Amino acid sequence: MALIKGETGDWEMVIGLEVHAQVSSQAKLFSGAPTEFGADPNTQVSLVDAAMPGMLPVINAYCVEQAVRTGLGLKAQINLHSVFDRKNYFYADLPAGYQISQYKQPVVGEGVVVLDMKDADSREVGIERLHLEQDAGKSLHDQHPTQTYIDLNRAGVALMEIVSKPDMRNADEAAAYLTKLRSILRYLGTCDGNMEEGSMRCDVNVSVRKPGGELGTRCEIKNVNSIRFVKQAIEYEARRQIEVIEGGGKIVQQTRLFDSHKGETRSMRSKEEAHDYRYFPDPDLLPLVLAQDFVDGIKATLPELPDDKKARFVKDYGISVYDAGVMVAERETAEFFENVAKGRDPKLAVNWVMGDFFAMLNRRGLAIGDSPIKANQLGQLIDLIKDGTISGRIAKDLFIMMEESGKDPAVLVEEKGLKQVTDTGAIEAAVDQIIAANPDKVEQYRAKPTMLGWFVGQVMKSTGGKANPASVNELLKKKLDG
Amino acid sequence: MSLDKQTVARIARLARLKVPEEELQGLAGELSGIMDWIEQLNSVDTSSVEPMNSVADLSLPMRQDKVTEGGHPARVLANAPGGAVYLEPGNPDAGGFFVVPKVVE
Repeated sequence: MALIKGETGDWEMVIGLEVHAQVSSQAKLFSGAPTEFGADPNTQVSLVDAAMPGMLPVINAYCVEQAVRTGLGLKAQINLHSVFDRKNYFYADLPAGYQISQYKQPVVGEGVVVLDMKDADSREVGIERLHLEQDAGKSLHDQHPTQTYIDLNRAGVALMEIVSKPDMRNADEAAAYLTKLRSILRYLGTCDGNMEEGSMRCDVNVSVRKPGGELGTRCEIKNVNSIRFVKQAIEYEARRQIEVIEGGGKIVQQTRLFDSHKGETRSMRSKEEAHDYRYFPDPDLLPLVLAQDFVDGIKATLPELPDDKKARFVKDYGISVYDAGVMVAERETAEFFENVAKGRDPKLAVNWVMGDFFAMLNRRGLAIGDSPIKANQLGQLIDLIKDGTISGRIAKDLFIMMEESGKDPAVLVEEKGLKQVTDTGAIEAAVDQIIAANPDKVEQYRAKPTMLGWFVGQVMKSTGGKANPASVNELLKKKLDG
Repeated sequence: MSLDKQTVARIARLARLKVPEEELQGLAGELSGIMDWIEQLNSVDTSSVEPMNSVADLSLPMRQDKVTEGGHPARVLANAPGGAVYLEPGNPDAGGFFVVPKVVE
């Protein structure tokens, strides 16, 4: 457990996260307007979203289904009876003066997320609830000196607010929680998890206490839009609170903003009063009543989720828990790995996928689906190493050629003449030549047998890397020692 | 239950209603009367009765996930109380913004 040293001893952080995940739907939660990102301002607004008098909300069945699907993915209680409430506040980008949300009776109750920590010590974070609600519009404050511009395209888009229990104790756990939650959402296909486009946003609740002591007063940091910023905001905020308390002050419960340029949090000016939302059931909407059959039907179509897949990879492929965690983080990666590993040496498959393959994607800035090397091609490459057609060293070069040409490895081996030389006669000739040309090195070898590596290198070089390294080693030893 | 002047002033502010100071006392009396009346209802034991969400026995109507609206920014922005700015002057259907007094924190 990570504690922070203060002047008066150690402090412990208590962190809870509220994640707003946009449902991947075509139309909004209560209207038929589109949800596509990046459209021209106010071109995706229905009269319901603009809160014209007399307009009535009609719920999008698909959004309900996705909320239930997500709840099941979080191993959570599904509430067959839930209620939509009005959350009342005034703000320019909220035309109705209230947000339709769920308060006392959310559609999804308690669940759990298992974190994949680097030290392989898995931790669980409880889910308090998940409810459906509308997004607000967007305010642009920097377009005019005295005016704010409002775009309602986002107003009414369906969000799932996913509230964790205050179960996290350091910034790394918060990051691991967000990573895992995003992974689950993507597996389920209920939210694309894109934090840059705002389809996943995070509010962070932080307080500090003496280890195991009573909970401190918390502050909420609003709308942090990347996992890296979440970590920075938590680190900064915890230290700020410790300084305040150790300086004899008291923490005031408040909403704060994270300034990503300065790396600090600051108070939002007194929005506190507005925190009286006067919730009441929305009279325009009947309770959301679900049939158990409906829930069971969704359950039957759930994909294999990251935790189950990870357990299966460890069991079926015998790879380490950590490697399995990396392989299952994204559905596409897991699929790719399985296609490479099936019927082959899984450890070799992991090494290639995590090593050269990931490095190549990073270098080229590509998503796995856009890779110039397909899973079956990487698999063929591994086959060529395994059956001795090419050496491990040539494999690295061959990989680069595959990346550049998109061709199958066997074709390239033919074209470029990369076949490993196993013919001992040819290798022997190369070995003899190197030994004959370097009498001084042979002398050095007698004193220092680790010089063997130099000879191996020279022979590999003279054969263009195509000599079988085991044969080279064997022959060199025989000749030099003999 | 009786409401005092401060509570009435707070409720008014939350609802963005401008209530002159001299009217607060009178409103406090009226609202307290309404609250008393509601409290009378509390004397009825409803512990065995399901909350009534609707007078008709209906279930929540639902919609398919189909785009059926949007694409009419001119109509939407025509109602902007503080006016609008359009992306392309003379072509309101290209999109534009509602304009409100600066609300930045």
